[in-house]
Amino acid sequence: MAVMKFGGRLLRNLFSKPATKMYPVVPREYPERSRGHIEFDPTACITCNICGKKCPTHAITIDKAARTMTIDRMNCIQCGYCAESCPKKCITIVPGYTAPDAQKVSETFQIPEKPKEQA
Amino acid sequence: MTENTQTFETATPEEVPAIAERLKGEGYRMVQICGVTKTGCTEVLYSFDRDFSVRNFKVDVPFGTPVKSITPWYWAAFVYENEVHDLFDVEFTDSRLDYKGNFFRMSRKTPWKGKEAEETKEGA
Amino acid sequence: MGKRTIVPFGPQHPALPEPVHLDLELEDETVVRAIPSIGYVHRGLEKLAEKRDYNDMIYVMERVCGICSFGHGWGYAGAVEGLMGVRIPDRAECLRVMFHELSRVHSHLLWLGLLADGLGFDSLFMHCWRIREKVLDVFEAITGGRVIMSFCKVGGVRKDLTPEMLKMVKDTCDMIEDEMRKTALVFMKDSSVRNRLCGTGVLTKEDVIDLCAVGPVARGSGVNNDVRTTSEMYRSLGFEPILYDEGDCWSRCMVRVDEIMQSLDIIRNAIANLPEGDVSVPVKGNAPVGDFMFRVEQPRGEAFYYVQGNGTKNLSRARVRTPTNINIPAMTKMLQGCNLQDVSMLVITIDPCISCTER
Repeated sequence: MAVMKFGGRLLRNLFSKPATKMYPVVPREYPERSRGHIEFDPTACITCNICGKKCPTHAITIDKAARTMTIDRMNCIQCGYCAESCPKKCITIVPGYTAPDAQKVSETFQIPEKPKEQA
Repeated sequence: MTENTQTFETATPEEVPAIAERLKGEGYRMVQICGVTKTGCTEVLYSFDRDFSVRNFKVDVPFGTPVKSITPWYWAAFVYENEVHDLFDVEFTDSRLDYKGNFFRMSRKTPWKGKEAEETKEGA
Repeated sequence: MGKRTIVPFGPQHPALPEPVHLDLELEDETVVRAIPSIGYVHRGLEKLAEKRDYNDMIYVMERVCGICSFGHGWGYAGAVEGLMGVRIPDRAECLRVMFHELSRVHSHLLWLGLLADGLGFDSLFMHCWRIREKVLDVFEAITGGRVIMSFCKVGGVRKDLTPEMLKMVKDTCDMIEDEMRKTALVFMKDSSVRNRLCGTGVLTKEDVIDLCAVGPVARGSGVNNDVRTTSEMYRSLGFEPILYDEGDCWSRCMVRVDEIMQSLDIIRNAIANLPEGDVSVPVKGNAPVGDFMFRVEQPRGEAFYYVQGNGTKNLSRARVRTPTNINIPAMTKMLQGCNLQDVSMLVITIDPCISCTER
């Protein structure tokens, strides 16, 4: 009696496909809203540094003088707060995680000079 | 979850055992004890619950002043008392289960203790 | 009467994946006394509230625990909203209930799996976790994170749901209910499970009241201190506290099995009665001087949040008291008189999350 509580399930398992995926062969599909990494569009940036101040882990640094934006990919916790608070919406959070690495990876973007901008 | 029934009262360190004894008799459940970093003292907050309404007692404990433990009435309070002792350096006497500062293993003793009071006293 | 031996148990133990250390005083094979010891992973997250804007702090607070991350976000946001005197839209409240109940489903499924693993029924463990995976997929599709959802924010929730997403949640609920009906039967009826669970680790109603236990531990002994009872939103969605009177491991297990079923009903009711409107209100300005406490019924029990404002953007104190914190004394009581082989299983029945406890 008691054995049969689980027996049906076990029999079904014998003849069904595995619940897991063959990962490296079948790549993982991320849903549209998945927060993987942030992408930056330098042309729209006004170097206001709101993202840098809001970032909980200080992964974003904006150098106003040199007009650069640096993202410390390994410090980023993918909360998406920078993307939400950017006034020009030049930061977006997109699917796909940063690949693991032996060193800490950071990425620097050069922000082009804007003719209208006073600062 | 809405939380409308909460009261905050202040008490002195001497009153703590009497409050615990009274509330235990009235059927209150101890919710938590926590410390708050203050200058010159540590504010210890005791929370008790009965029928989903919470009574909080704020107790300002000056540095170096011991407080009587409430473990004789609420044995479960040992978790919080040892935590507050380790983080805020508030001494609880007559505890039923005292870890003597070995509850948390930290690199620094009493990391959350506030500043001494001298400066603010002169300013005020 | 045998000689007393003290056996150290943990913090690294093959049968228990939590950094808790127990000094077990044994008489032959029976535990006479257990002294718990934690503090191996203290992180001091609460202290960061003094350096962080209260709006940023929620991303730190969510990371207190991986399993009940949504509950911690809600608890902190609720406490700050109370302090600021903000009323969130009904739709946001309803979505929070929905996601919190989904978290409860996945947390209880995780726990049922761990329990099955603890009592040596490994294929049951795998099935529980297979069902749980579906909830995580829903989380990733809707909020963007499988575990750390970052869905709650001070003033509401961050994103609205599309009708397709609501349908996906509903379909997942139906699927889980179907699977759970079969799996729950194993926990309810299977003799090997029952032999192990029935009558072990009995905690009487008096013990629970005396030791201030919360959550399924208290409800398994017939004590209702489920803070959802007072919530109007929950009552309107058909919530009733689930109580079992035996107080043994089996009744704690049954409380969780029944709560999964009830949570699925609450989620479906929430989808059917989701109010229209905004999902968030902006919260700006300094936090006023004052105190506020907020409680959330997490899968493991009642969690307590306390915030103290000091008139600046930063809070002077954000306190989290997790359910495991208050269930540790109940656990030591449970261990008294049990057999050494049952220790790891009994520790699992309170659903310990030691890293939560130490924040």
